[in-house]
Amino acid sequence: MKNDIILAGVGGQGILSIAAAIGLAAVNSNLYIKQSEVHGMSQRGGDVQSHLRISDKPIASDLIPEGKADMIISVEPMEGLRYLPFLSNSGWLVTNITPYMNIPDYPDINEILAKVKSLKHHIAIDADSIAKEAGSSRASNIVMLGAASLFLDIPFERIEEGIRQLFGKKGDEVVQMNLKALRLGREFSEKNR
Amino acid sequence: MSNKLLLMGDEAIAQGAIDGGLSGIYAYPGTPSTEIMEYVQNTKQTAELNIHRKWSANEKTAMEAALGMSYAGKRAMVCFKHVGLNVAADAFINASITGVNGGLIVVSADDPSMHSSQNEQDSRFYAKFAMVPILEPSNQQEAYDMAYFGFELSERLNVPVLLRITTRMAHSRAGVQRREGKPQNSLRLPSDPRQFVLLPSIARKNYRKLLMGQAAMEIESEKSSFNELISGNNKSLGIITTGIAYNYLVENYPDQKSPYPVLKICQYPIPRKQVEELYNSCNKVLVLEEGYPIVEEQLKGYLNTGKPVHGRLDGTVPRDGELNPNIVAKVLGMDVAEGQPIPDVVKNRPPSLCQGCGHRDVYEDLNEAMKVYGTGRVFSDIGCYTLGALPPFNAINSCVDMGASITMAKGAADAGLVPAVAVIGDSTFTHSGMTGLLDAINENSPITVIISDNSTTGMTGGQQSSATGKIVDICRGIGVDPNHIRVVTPLKKNHEENVRILKEELAYQGVSVIIPQRECIQTFARRKKSEKKESND
Repeated sequence: MKNDIILAGVGGQGILSIAAAIGLAAVNSNLYIKQSEVHGMSQRGGDVQSHLRISDKPIASDLIPEGKADMIISVEPMEGLRYLPFLSNSGWLVTNITPYMNIPDYPDINEILAKVKSLKHHIAIDADSIAKEAGSSRASNIVMLGAASLFLDIPFERIEEGIRQLFGKKGDEVVQMNLKALRLGREFSEKNR
Repeated sequence: MSNKLLLMGDEAIAQGAIDGGLSGIYAYPGTPSTEIMEYVQNTKQTAELNIHRKWSANEKTAMEAALGMSYAGKRAMVCFKHVGLNVAADAFINASITGVNGGLIVVSADDPSMHSSQNEQDSRFYAKFAMVPILEPSNQQEAYDMAYFGFELSERLNVPVLLRITTRMAHSRAGVQRREGKPQNSLRLPSDPRQFVLLPSIARKNYRKLLMGQAAMEIESEKSSFNELISGNNKSLGIITTGIAYNYLVENYPDQKSPYPVLKICQYPIPRKQVEELYNSCNKVLVLEEGYPIVEEQLKGYLNTGKPVHGRLDGTVPRDGELNPNIVAKVLGMDVAEGQPIPDVVKNRPPSLCQGCGHRDVYEDLNEAMKVYGTGRVFSDIGCYTLGALPPFNAINSCVDMGASITMAKGAADAGLVPAVAVIGDSTFTHSGMTGLLDAINENSPITVIISDNSTTGMTGGQQSSATGKIVDICRGIGVDPNHIRVVTPLKKNHEENVRILKEELAYQGVSVIIPQRECIQTFARRKKSEKKESND
C-alpha cells in the first residue's frame, strides 16, 4: 500500500494541519511516513507545498517523483493546478474552490474551475461554506481532509482518532465541530466522486 | 513503528544531541536550520538538564561560545544555515587547529535550489578546508544517530565535526527511534593548558597534529556504519551517492535495490578503501551528490586520466540545484512518468510582506521621501524587508549578506553617491550592522540608516532578537549624534510626519539613524492569542 500526496496552498493557510492529521493517523496505523514541507521565505504569502508519503514499506525519497502522486489536496484552486506535473494519470485532485487573491494578476476564477473540472478525477468542494455549516469557517482544512479521506488507504476511524488527538487539548466542543467538518467533507466526496 | 517519534531532520538532530550528552546549544536563526534550536528550547527535558539554549547575536559568537563550552570539557552544538558558516568561518577554521576538549558538533544547513537563500554554497568545502570530518545523514534516523554519536567522534579525533544537512533533510519528517540518554560531561579543563593558545609556535605544533590525524579520520570513515558499499550485479557502472542523493537513486528501483554497485557515503573524509573497491570493480563511475561536485572533483583529479567519472562537472547531472528522483532517473536513462504540464492559467505567487506589517509603511514613507533623489540609492539587507525589492514597492537596490546595507551605503557615499540609504532590520543590525555603523561614524559618512525595528527575527518565524530595547543606546554608544537618532512609528496616520523626518535626515551631511519601531504583525497576533488564552485559563 502506498499513498503519495501533495498538499498545496498559500503560506499562512495552514496546510500543515492536514499533514499533521494524516500523519497521526498513519503512525497510529503502524505505517511508514515521510513528510517534507517548506519553511522560510515562501511562508510569507507565497505558494507552499508539502510532500506526504505513506506506505506499509520503508520509503526512500522525501520528495514524490513527478507523475507519481496519487492525490493533490489543495486548499486553494489555483495552487492545486500548480502541481499537476506531479499527479499520476489515475490520481485525484481534491481542491477547495475559494480563491486566495493576494496577487494583482489573479486569473479569472471561472477559468481555473473550468480547468479543475476538465480533469477526469477531481473533487471541487466549497470547503469554506461547509466549514461554516459545521460550526466554524476555521475548520475548512478539516473539511478538505474529510473530502480527501475517501481516497486514502487509511481507515476513516483512524483519521477521526487523529482529529481527536490533534484537537483534544482544545476541549470536546472543538473536537466535535472538527469531526463534523471531517464527516461533511467525506460525504461530499462520496456524493460527487 | 508507533513507539517512534515523528521528527523533522532538524528535530532529530536536536533530540540526538540531547540524548548524546549535550550541555549547550548555540545558534543564530536561519532557514533551514532554525528548528534545531527551537526544538531544544521547546523540549521540557532540557530545562531539567539545564542545557544552555539561548540564541546568539550571530553565528560567529555562537561558534565561539560553543568552543568555549568545549574548552570547559562539555559537549556543545552550534547551528546555522550555510551562509552562517561564512560568518563563523574564522572561529570554525581555527577550532580545527585548537582541537576540542568536550565534543563539538557544528551543524550547517545548506539550501540547494535556494528556497530561502542568496546562494547554494556547499558546507562540505569548509570541512575539507578545515580538515575535519563531515557527517551527512541520508535519513532522519541517521540525523539522530549522527548527533548522538558525533560528540564521541569529535572527542576521539580531537576536532570539531561538521554535521551537514540540506533543506529536504532539515524539513522532512519521518519516524525516529531514540537511544538511551547519556549523561553530560563534567567540567574538566584541557589536559594541555596551552592547547587553545594559537601563538605561532603552538599553532604550528597543533597544525602538524591535525595533519597527522588525517589518516585516523580516514580510517574512521572506512569503518563507519554510515558508509556502505552495496553490491550489484551490473558492473558496467558503479554509483557513488552522498547524503540524501542515495534516496533519490533507490526510489527508482523496486524494493530500493539498484542493479549497479552503490557506495553510499555519509561520513567523510571519503572512505578511500571502499572507493577503490568500487572503482576497481566497475567500468565507469557516476557520482550523485546533493550540492557541489566535491566528491566528483576529488575522484577525477585535475588530469582526469582514469576511468570515466560522470556527475555534475561533465553535465551528466545538472550543474546547479537540488536533486530529485526524476533527475536521477533521467541520468540513468530510465523512463520517467510525466504528469500534466502546469496550465497557463496558473500565475506566479511570490512571497510578500504581510498585510499590516510595519516594513510596508517604512517603504511607503521612504519611496515618498526619495522621489527628489531618484532611484538606485537604497541598500538593504537580509530579512522580511528584502521583499521591498518586489512590487509594489520596488524600493531597494541590494541584498548581499548580513549587515552589508550599512557598509555598502558607506562605500557608495565614499564614491560620491549622496545621499545613500541603508535599510536593515533590528536583528540583522546587532548581528553584523553595528561594526559597519562605527566605520561610518569614524568618517562622518553622509548616509541615512533606517533600522526597521519589529522587535523580532521575523523571516525565520519570530525568534528573540538580540537588539530588542537596545538599538537607541547602541547607536548613541557607537557615536551617532543624538539629534540624528530619530525614533518613529510606521503607521499610515504618521505618513506625512515620517516623510518629513526622512527628508530632514536625508539632507543631513553626516550619519543619521532613523528607527521605525512597531512590533511584527505575526508575533503581535501570537502574543495576543496567548494572552487571551492565559486570561481564559
